[in-house]
Amino acid sequence: MKAPLSEGKKAERRLGWLLCAPAALVMVAVTAYPIFYSVWLSLQRFDLKFPDQREFIGLENYVTVLTNEFWWTAFGVTMLITVVTVAVELVLGMGLAIIMHRTIIGRGLVRTSALIPYGIVTVVAAFSWRYAWTPDTGYLANLFSDGAPLTERASALGIIMLAEIWKTTPFMALLLMAGLALVPDDLLKAASMDGASAWQRFTKVMLPVMKPAILVALLFRTLDAFRVFDNIYVLTAGANQTSSVSMLAYNNLMKGLNLGIGSTMSVLIFLTVAVIAFIFVKLFGTAAPGSSDEGRR
Amino acid sequence: MLLPLAACGGGDGGVPTINLYYPPEQNLQTVIDNCNEQAQGRYRIEYRVLPRGADDQRVQMVRRLAAGDRGMDVLGLDVTWTQEFASANWILPWTGDARAEVERGTLAGPLESARYEDELFGAPKNTNVQLLWYRTDLVEQPPETWDDMIAQAQRLKEQGQPYQVLTMGAQYEGLVAFYNTLVASAGGQILNEDGTEAVFDEGAVRALEVLQRFATAGVTSASFTNALEDDVRLAFQSGNGAFQLNWPFVYPALQEGAPELADKVGWARYPGVDAGQPSRVTIGGVNLAVSRFSDHPDEAFEAALCIRDAENQKFSAINDGVPPTIESIYADPEMTEAYPMKDEILAELRDGATRPLTPAYQNVSTVLSVTLSPPSAIRPQETADELRRSVQDALESKGVLPG
Repeated sequence: MKAPLSEGKKAERRLGWLLCAPAALVMVAVTAYPIFYSVWLSLQRFDLKFPDQREFIGLENYVTVLTNEFWWTAFGVTMLITVVTVAVELVLGMGLAIIMHRTIIGRGLVRTSALIPYGIVTVVAAFSWRYAWTPDTGYLANLFSDGAPLTERASALGIIMLAEIWKTTPFMALLLMAGLALVPDDLLKAASMDGASAWQRFTKVMLPVMKPAILVALLFRTLDAFRVFDNIYVLTAGANQTSSVSMLAYNNLMKGLNLGIGSTMSVLIFLTVAVIAFIFVKLFGTAAPGSSDEGRR
Repeated sequence: MLLPLAACGGGDGGVPTINLYYPPEQNLQTVIDNCNEQAQGRYRIEYRVLPRGADDQRVQMVRRLAAGDRGMDVLGLDVTWTQEFASANWILPWTGDARAEVERGTLAGPLESARYEDELFGAPKNTNVQLLWYRTDLVEQPPETWDDMIAQAQRLKEQGQPYQVLTMGAQYEGLVAFYNTLVASAGGQILNEDGTEAVFDEGAVRALEVLQRFATAGVTSASFTNALEDDVRLAFQSGNGAFQLNWPFVYPALQEGAPELADKVGWARYPGVDAGQPSRVTIGGVNLAVSRFSDHPDEAFEAALCIRDAENQKFSAINDGVPPTIESIYADPEMTEAYPMKDEILAELRDGATRPLTPAYQNVSTVLSVTLSPPSAIRPQETADELRRSVQDALESKGVLPG
């Protein structure tokens, strides 16, 4: 049973809604409309090459995509990239966060330089990776083998993941550093007094306190990683079965001009992202920053 | 105050600007300058250079045309895109005198690539066709069939000589063109006449057999399945190959890059599939089309006609190496020096093979390149059955394009 709201609370709520309204309207215009439009497109046979043959076909596009091996290959690749990169980024990001948190000398410089990869436009970074891994133009390709690593599936996927990790670990570290700041020094000192080792202090004190921050960081990165596009577009353009679902959607939309199939893929990507977010929020109890119980009045 | 206005062009009273979107071609600006001079102020062509990659060129044009962009007037379309752009209602048909002028003296193959549903949608500006390049010091008689060429290469291999047959085998358009040549040479068909149905008949199956046999005969280079045009050229220039199947651009490059080898390189017609049956080789090239959204269609047609007229085509052939589409140019004495292989090119062009003519070519090509790659894994009959299904889906824009 909820207690009835007081007059003051009700008025506060109304004001809250009013203040939110403009932002909500903008959100509807720029996100909700395109989403509903792609859902509408996904129910049609609509190919720009054949403008006269546009028709409503229900869920047929979904059947086509979901029974297609290219889609599932791309889905597997996307999942692999997501799981591997987020896991590696979490470990590396935690290390980086602790270093940045603990640095006393040149703190600003350390933090700024650690963030450089994240500040570089992904496409630009991806091009430098591509040249680095291409025989003749790069310094990395001939380091490991005589071949062209970007033309073979396993090595190409490895390079894509490496580029992703290099790029977004700083972001992970940034979020985790915010979490580290939540850990009270007194708590660590007390644990230390009780004889806890450094590892024990980390696992038994810091991690539990940081849990909300870690989950938020994981959620953000997982959603981001699942939409991986730029690195693949530049590094392999999806050759040798290295396409992600976003690449596949792009190819069907922009190259194939097939708005029906392409929109279907976009909607499926959207749904997958929604499911991932749901799992994080409901099962792991991830909270958006500021919405935890302590923050509530 | 007048200058900035004039630079905008297209404004009231000003000289209409005709924006030509065309792939990079080194000396095309000279052609455009000629045409601007000829126009005497009726219009002014501006050369907007498209990206180098064919996919990037197409995506840029498609995206802008789908949005009804009025800033594009004349478009340089790869021969495989004309039907798609016509079907999507993005380009205007050539009619009346302009059409008659385009058709006059133009080779049948390139002209065929510019037609869609009995109308002409493009003016062939240049064409292209691959030849067989071979080492005259190793090969006595250029092979007339693939079987012959494979046997010759194997013999050279046994003798410890350079033996490789170098051509494009990566998963991309080049592999599709390769297969298309084999199908046409075997008298087969990929699609029916209307381009509405996937056929993959007996000839198409035999083409698959040849492709598979070639890939597994031990005569290709190790990087066959990764090789694009330029990789093939470089491999041949480095002396590993006895044969090279490639576009004519390799010839000037060879003279510049490996002059001592150039003296030992001859050319011949692309090998066929059956003895006594000359090959039919896939033609490439560019068609000029006028955008439906152009504000100055009349001037745009006129500009396109000028760019592709006989004099300018000859200029481009000699200076940029692109083979002309007007047959009479080949007889011009000036061509002999720039194009010593012009007789072979013309012979192949006279019965050249177009790639499947359908608005869905991009999809068909993607499906083909994925299924044919790697060629060593082809199982002719099964692969043909698989292709018949997936290409049919691609034609009906039902299937998923592989990424």
